[in-house]
Amino acid sequence: MRANKSMQWMFLAAALLALPSLAIAQQGEVHVGKVTGHSGAGKQLYYRFCWGCHGFRGDGNGENGPYLNILPRNFVAATFKCRSTPTGTLPTDEDLYNSLGRGFNNSNMPGWISLTKQQRADMVAFIKTFSPRWKSDKPGDPIAVPTEPALSLQSIQHGKELFTKLECWKCHGPEGRGDGPSASTLTDSNEQPIRPYNFAEGSRFKCGATNHDLYKIFMTGLDGTPMPSFADVIKPEDAWDLVHYLRTLQVTHKSPELTLWMSTKEGAEFVKAQKVGGTPTGSGIKQ
Amino acid sequence: MRTKQAFITGVAILAAITMTSAVPGGGTVSGKVTYEGTPAKQKPIDMSKEPSCAKQYATPPPTETVVTGPNNALENVVVYISTGAPDEPPPSQPAVFTQKGCRYIPHVLALQVNQPLQVLNEDQTSHNIHPLAKINREWNKSQPPGTPPIVDKYDKMEFIPVKCNVHPWMHGTFAVLKNSHYSISSADGGFSLPDLPPGKYTVTAYHESYGDQSQEVTIAGSETKSVNFVFKAKPY
Repeated sequence: MRANKSMQWMFLAAALLALPSLAIAQQGEVHVGKVTGHSGAGKQLYYRFCWGCHGFRGDGNGENGPYLNILPRNFVAATFKCRSTPTGTLPTDEDLYNSLGRGFNNSNMPGWISLTKQQRADMVAFIKTFSPRWKSDKPGDPIAVPTEPALSLQSIQHGKELFTKLECWKCHGPEGRGDGPSASTLTDSNEQPIRPYNFAEGSRFKCGATNHDLYKIFMTGLDGTPMPSFADVIKPEDAWDLVHYLRTLQVTHKSPELTLWMSTKEGAEFVKAQKVGGTPTGSGIKQ
Repeated sequence: MRTKQAFITGVAILAAITMTSAVPGGGTVSGKVTYEGTPAKQKPIDMSKEPSCAKQYATPPPTETVVTGPNNALENVVVYISTGAPDEPPPSQPAVFTQKGCRYIPHVLALQVNQPLQVLNEDQTSHNIHPLAKINREWNKSQPPGTPPIVDKYDKMEFIPVKCNVHPWMHGTFAVLKNSHYSISSADGGFSLPDLPPGKYTVTAYHESYGDQSQEVTIAGSETKSVNFVFKAKPY
């Protein structure tokens, strides 16, 4: 009888102790598709794989930080480049999850596809514990990406006009080589020099590889970098035209857009002028 | 007896509440902001990369990081009541920040927490407005010529550096403040904070390059108290 009673007490105590930890577990959860990530599991992964660069406190000041020429992300500031959400808003869990798996081209951040989906979701949950913004703010509503219209020469031509009109060339250069008049002065929000994307080099974009990703990049902007959002100033159909044109600037990257563009005299001449011995020439800016 | 005391306390609290908002005919804090030492020289801005802006000036305009006047006057210093005044609801009038001739007008825009902010582009070129907020949310938007104003607001107090990445000489500041008691020092370094109800205040002066400094001041009645700020200038 006595033993029973003390057992009861122990159960009660255990239940009481478990309550707050349960609440925390729910707070530190993220949902990506069918996977639920937990910050507790993510913490262990973070302090194994991430903190060397991103720092003990997630502020981007890890011991490898000084040796990296694109500084590791500061999770305390909670400003993220690759989002589906408008500029100035927090990304969705899925945005973070995708960034983690994809990695960042031209930086030291690898794609963590070697980890399981569960592990990546856990890491996302833990990364979100570094900034109080995740409690005070909600992620923005993802911007709508309408269905891509059929590719046409008119679309490419119109995109070309927009590239000039919206002054993309001021940073990305008239031929998209990342060598525009303002390129050399650009700094990110940490006052570190940063290069605009060089289309001629043709590498994957920072936030994905598809036309859909490209659309999102200039509509949402890459927060923390000089790349602004154009969501308020480009109509969706114009944005798709710009996407089609930007693909033709990737002269070393095969795409339906480039093939179509090269079927015209103007396009063929442009692409030929961009390549010498199969390599892009020009400013010599290497990404 | 007790009820009487409580009544008096209640009235006193009520009086204190009503008196803390701005009262015309209240006290005034005024003075001058100056510098000592050698400030960085204002250099002419090279706008040759943006001909549509360069042609608007007969002589190139000078940089505005540190703007000085005669008698060591320091312009563009935000002088505000940092403690002692209650937070105020925002005015509905928007604070307007204009891009004209590839410069920001005004260079320092003071506005209240949650007051509507309007950013206009009166130039023939695209700008991107990139307020580098740390406490508020950082955003970055493109504004080609002829597009509607960008409308936003900030919900926390902060001094936010603003820049245009396309035109690297364009720098400005949003001073997001909690109450309407602020003033930006003019060409002679002068500022004035009128309509202050009696009370103890901390007056703070903020300069984008030289940081901030504070002084305590007590206002009784409709007097004018003189407060001056001297910033140590750095030559670089």
